[in-house]
Amino acid sequence: MLSIQGLKAEVDEKEILKGLDLTVGAGEVHAIMGPNGSGKSTLAHVLSGREGYAVTGGSVTFDDRDLLALEPEERACLGLFLAFQYPVELPGVNNTYFLKAALNAKRKYHGEDELDAVSFLRLMKEKLKVLHLDDSLLKRPVNVGFSGGEKKRNEIFQMALLEPKLAILDETDSGLDIDALRVVANGVNALRSPERSMLVVTHYQRLLDYIEPDYVHVLAKGRIIRSGGKELARELEDKGYGWIVDEAAA
Amino acid sequence: MSATPDDVLPGDTKTAAQTSTKAAQAEAEYGHLVKSEYEHGFVTAIESDTLPPGLDESVIAIISQRKGEPQWMLDWRLAAYRKWLDMPTPEWAAVHYPPIDYQTISYFSAPKKKELKSLDEVDPVLLETYEKLGIPIEEQKALAGVAVDAVFDSVSVATTFRDKLAEAGVIFCSISEAVQEYPELVRKYLGSVVPPTDNFYTGLNSAVFTDGTFVYVPKHTRCPMELSTYFRINEAKTGQFERTLIVADEGSYVSYLEGCTAPQRDENQLHAAVVELIALDNAEIKYSTVQNWYPGDEEGRGGIYNFVTKRGDCRGDNSKISWTQVETGSAITWKYPSCILRGDNSVGEFYSVAVTKGRQQADTGTKMIHLGKNTRSTIVSKGISAQHGIQSYRGLVRIAGKAEGARNHTQCDSLLIGDKCAANTFPYIEVKNPTAKMEHEATTSKISDDQLFYCRSRGLTEEDAVSMIVNGFCKEVFNELPMEFAVEAQKLLSISLEGAVG
Ligand SMILES: Nc1ncnc2c1ncn2[C@@H]1O[C@H](COP(=O)(O)OP(=O)(O)OP(=O)(O)O)[C@@H](O)[C@H]1O
Ligand SMILES: [Mg+2]
Repeated sequence: MLSIQGLKAEVDEKEILKGLDLTVGAGEVHAIMGPNGSGKSTLAHVLSGREGYAVTGGSVTFDDRDLLALEPEERACLGLFLAFQYPVELPGVNNTYFLKAALNAKRKYHGEDELDAVSFLRLMKEKLKVLHLDDSLLKRPVNVGFSGGEKKRNEIFQMALLEPKLAILDETDSGLDIDALRVVANGVNALRSPERSMLVVTHYQRLLDYIEPDYVHVLAKGRIIRSGGKELARELEDKGYGWIVDEAAA
Repeated sequence: MSATPDDVLPGDTKTAAQTSTKAAQAEAEYGHLVKSEYEHGFVTAIESDTLPPGLDESVIAIISQRKGEPQWMLDWRLAAYRKWLDMPTPEWAAVHYPPIDYQTISYFSAPKKKELKSLDEVDPVLLETYEKLGIPIEEQKALAGVAVDAVFDSVSVATTFRDKLAEAGVIFCSISEAVQEYPELVRKYLGSVVPPTDNFYTGLNSAVFTDGTFVYVPKHTRCPMELSTYFRINEAKTGQFERTLIVADEGSYVSYLEGCTAPQRDENQLHAAVVELIALDNAEIKYSTVQNWYPGDEEGRGGIYNFVTKRGDCRGDNSKISWTQVETGSAITWKYPSCILRGDNSVGEFYSVAVTKGRQQADTGTKMIHLGKNTRSTIVSKGISAQHGIQSYRGLVRIAGKAEGARNHTQCDSLLIGDKCAANTFPYIEVKNPTAKMEHEATTSKISDDQLFYCRSRGLTEEDAVSMIVNGFCKEVFNELPMEFAVEAQKLLSISLEGAVG
């Protein structure tokens, strides 16, 4: 599904990703952990095509396509989804309208009919059952005045509607209270399927108690320096990153 | 208390709080996106009756005679003309254009066929034009409840729904017809809000106005439908000088919409209209404009000079006048729809979206003149500039000495697209009563990369993202438009910014 090889990327001529390798198969959930500033969000942004990052080496294929050659919206339409670490506010843009436009953009890309308002609302109701989101958020402008937790939930709700093939969740757990964490995790789990892969960026074992990853990777200084199963996350929780970073440097 | 509506805004910009901002974003990134072609740039091939260019008293006499006007009307025109000859052109607005030679303009142009009783008699070429413009003139659209008075160059050619309106006692006709049929009303109100001497262009308009719309809503009557006039300048080198007069008698309500487009031509055309609104006790007038005159090409060739004076007089107590405008066209726009809040407890509103791109220039805003007690005004102005567009908001709020308890809220937001455009804000505030409550907010923003990327990461193209964000920015104003026109305005905005952004 996703294959990253020797990926190097820089921002403002500062190299952030320094030869990153990662392969994600269909249906797999990979957790990415790592110290602050190690390049996790940068990876997420480069994968989804954000401007301002210069890719200086390596390749990324997504479903046998050269992902890096595509515009961000094409990547989205082909099934890539990024749940933002910091979701963006769109003043005056109604949340429901935004969701409908996003879904229809994707349908149009695939040559499907656009959903009318009625069918869309029906679909939205269905998805709301899985992911308890306050109705009123759907009537407000996108993310404007949403609490931190509401923004994160809204991201996952978008994901549920857009049904991506590969979802990148960038610290979706930070800012969530304990109950919200469970709700969001349940929502994510409900979306797990043999066709859907996930890259879950997190700092905490807590999230991985709910969303059990197939693989855990440690990203430090722009590279994956260790990969393992879910037990690796537990080990990190106990011992921190220092020992791996030191080992990798040695 | 005597109102002095004849003041134009003060020209000394140094006294105004001024914010001038240029976006720091590279226009190159987004410039390619702003290049949508003008959609209504076709010319209708139709025989017309056009006066040779030039202006003197004999031309005015001919106009008056062609229209079969009574003597008082001709006298009024001539008086205006004689004063106009001595008036200077206003130069204080932040717009630039070569001097206009008023002798090269033709002051009258009418399609040759006249005297129409029904739509069937209208020249099919004309109807086709209206169709291209999407004017709701055919039956099907009329069923949607829109009465249309279509002005094609200078003469009204089709009026629908007159009967239904007549039943309610509402008069909705061309101003020329009103001069003939309702001379007492016209004489009483014409020029009572915007006197001919108000400014250079009102002087010119008063001398040579050829057509326009007249509306009278009788006491305690709610006009049974939205009234709408579409203006269109077709004939090359004709100036268009409409005159619109709307009177809402005590306790009445009317909502009026004008939409404007003009064909594409290389020379500039002048549009100097005058709109007067009068609301008596407890009456309300809602006036909405969607203006999409030809803006000229990318280098600034051609396009309409839109020099318009619009003013509403809340003459009665508890009256209300509300202006909503969406301005995407014209090479140069110079207009300040204003309210004189004369009656106690009267309310004035101004909601505006203005777009300038290419080489367009707009100097627009409003004046709220508070004369009565407990008068309230609201100003919401949303300016969008792209490419080399230059836009100035110029607003005056004046609270007179006797206007106890007056309140104003002004919100003035600018959105910049690229780094070659500019937005200026010139708020003028004059408060002569200490009980006044004034609020003023102004913001300047750009569409952020974060917002664009967020939208694109959800599958929206850059163009759609821009259009969505801009429409969101204008939301408060669109909310004020009648439903069906709000949709139209959104489309118009998207088309005019097609690809604009950043
Ligand atoms: N626009 C930018 N300009 C300069 N440096 C940047 C920019 N964006 C990111 N960086 C730097 O790149 C490095 C990696 O940032 P990134 O956001 O990818 O880290 P992260 O692993 O997601 O961290 P966290 O766990 O704190 O979210 C940081 O040192 C950051 O300061
Ligand atoms: Mg991060």
